[in-house]
Amino acid sequence: MSEHSTYVPGSAVEKWLDDRLPVVRFAKEHLMDFPTPKNLNYWWTFGAILVMCLGVQIVTGIILAMHYAPNVALAFDSVEHIRRDINGGRVIQATHAVGASMFFVALYIHMFRGLFYGSYKAPREILWILGVVIFLLTTATAFMGYILPWGQMSFWGATVISNIFSAIPIVGDSIKQLVLGGFAVGNPTLNRFFSLHYLLPFIIAAVVGLHIWALHVPGNNNPVGVDVKDSRDTVPFHPYYTMKDLFAMVVFMIPFAWFVFFAPDILGHPDNYIMANSQVTPAHIVPEWYLLPFYTILRAIDFNVLFINSKLGGVIAMGGAMLCLLIVPWLDTSKVRAGTFRPMFKWFYGLFVINFIALMYLGAQEAAEPYTTLAKVCTAYYFIYFLVILPVLSRIETPKPLPTSISESVLGNKAHA
Amino acid sequence: MIGSVKMNMHKLIIAAAALVAGLAMAAPAHAAEAGPQPERQAWSFGGIFGTYDTNQLQRGFQVFREVCSSCHSAHLLAFRNLMEEGGPEFSEAQVRALAAEYEVADPTTESGRRPAVPADRWPSPFASEQEARDANGGALPPDFSVLAKARGVKDPFPTWIFNYFTAYQEGGPDYIHALLNGYHEEVPEDAPHNSDGTPFQLPEGKHYNDYFPGHAIGMAPPLADGSVDYAEAENGAGVPETLEQYSSDVSAYMMWLAEPHLVSRKQTGFVVLIFLVLFAGLMWGTKRKLWAGIEH
Repeated sequence: MSEHSTYVPGSAVEKWLDDRLPVVRFAKEHLMDFPTPKNLNYWWTFGAILVMCLGVQIVTGIILAMHYAPNVALAFDSVEHIRRDINGGRVIQATHAVGASMFFVALYIHMFRGLFYGSYKAPREILWILGVVIFLLTTATAFMGYILPWGQMSFWGATVISNIFSAIPIVGDSIKQLVLGGFAVGNPTLNRFFSLHYLLPFIIAAVVGLHIWALHVPGNNNPVGVDVKDSRDTVPFHPYYTMKDLFAMVVFMIPFAWFVFFAPDILGHPDNYIMANSQVTPAHIVPEWYLLPFYTILRAIDFNVLFINSKLGGVIAMGGAMLCLLIVPWLDTSKVRAGTFRPMFKWFYGLFVINFIALMYLGAQEAAEPYTTLAKVCTAYYFIYFLVILPVLSRIETPKPLPTSISESVLGNKAHA
Repeated sequence: MIGSVKMNMHKLIIAAAALVAGLAMAAPAHAAEAGPQPERQAWSFGGIFGTYDTNQLQRGFQVFREVCSSCHSAHLLAFRNLMEEGGPEFSEAQVRALAAEYEVADPTTESGRRPAVPADRWPSPFASEQEARDANGGALPPDFSVLAKARGVKDPFPTWIFNYFTAYQEGGPDYIHALLNGYHEEVPEDAPHNSDGTPFQLPEGKHYNDYFPGHAIGMAPPLADGSVDYAEAENGAGVPETLEQYSSDVSAYMMWLAEPHLVSRKQTGFVVLIFLVLFAGLMWGTKRKLWAGIEH
């Protein structure tokens, strides 16, 4: 990809370094000169926002780990110790906890942007799949992080979710015991979740590196979805997009700071201020909001199908929901990327977004009518969207005419008049 | 073109919000067994401008010390916290004198016990959970350290959405205040019936409370009018010695106990938010100027 490089070493030292390890050349190519479509809208700033979120979580997390004690007898009080006795501890801890929610806000917006603008289509399939891998790793990391304060929701959330493994035939119970380090959630669970919660963010960072590498081979998709034709369609990443991304990051930090400083506990559950107790089950066990859509799909399968019991069926459905994301590049074969030019897709996509929010809402409700029926309907639409609507639309839909280039779309019809 | 894309996304977001709203409205209230909704109190520490009322925290501490602490522990409270900024703000001399009235275990001393110093934690009234249960008819009085944040109020739609914008974090004290005022000497006529239709039966040694989940609470009404003597202020103005006043004061104190850095947290928040808004404005201006020459 050295074709974008305009780097000329400015001194003998830089020349010496460039001949041996061209890091400066690499940085100039990829962080400064990289040609980026000039028509990206603000939905495209969430990639940079997510890098910031990961950074915030790692920095605050490392500080929290200096004061946290991963032991069932000490964990709950050690988190309170951080909040009460560590300098700035209340804010660092709140930033980490609120940061997890903000991370998922950005993550979901980033994914739904990709789904609307067809960013998963050739030649960006690997880029998309790496993104889904990042999503799954982040979900696992966030889930394990929620166990660490060792409150009632931590404990019972871990108990409910780890039961998922036991649904797997034959090896399920062994896997569950391996994950928990015993027959039930306990000290070994807390220890290994802490260890993995510290490890996984660095693996996520590595996959983010691959994700950006895979982005820099074909370059960015863009809101009209037509390929970059020549240099008039692009601007260098720096200063144009560094500036725009920085602006978006600062704006994103405003609601972030609102929650950290004025409502740090509103995104959590009061029960998590009660220390974990295996003898007392909370009245209503709810996972964190960002896990709720998939939790609803898990719970929606409350009926047996042939030899598959409802428990295994739920696990298959939840796994399938994530698998759909992985294979969507081959389900949606329409050549047109941007949803803007697909008159039918637009409506089904809009319904899919609403449906996803409904799944999230339903996950927090108790297992009673009308929620259980609604959960089944919403789960069905989730799968129908990927497995039926996208493949069928690809064949029957007549897209609107595409602009011939990004420049033409930017100049609009004035160019033709 | 780009504008229309943005418009579509906006419409989607609005439509999504509308659907969630619709779903929430369709949801029947399930709070029937949880009793009535606690009434929201006008807390001095509520909202984004809220700060603790030092006098109220001192009165609340008095109620805690004279009444609650004979059964309830507060193991994360250190005596020194009582003189820290943003709390009851007793003087150092007062705290030292107060601590000296209590004894704590210290294996390094000859007798194994010594008078407390400000660095010590508040001594628990019972040595073990079992001892606490034995003394309280089998019920365990919960620790007060973070109790005000471990209780909450489940708001109906659309109140819970507004809570994100008003930063309502006072569900705990609202619940505690309601609980302390929610006792009945006799099971009331309108008590919910059991699931099999039989009238509500109060178990032996329990007390009826409107707000406690299940209504049968182990704690006897802890406060009554006149049960704590408040010192008169220098100007002679007295604070009413009523159940209502005691329960407000002790709820506020418990909120401070659970969230001792609330005031400094909110103060920092204002600085951070004002900085971010101004910074975002400058960034916006810079970004616009930079992009001014580019058709995009």
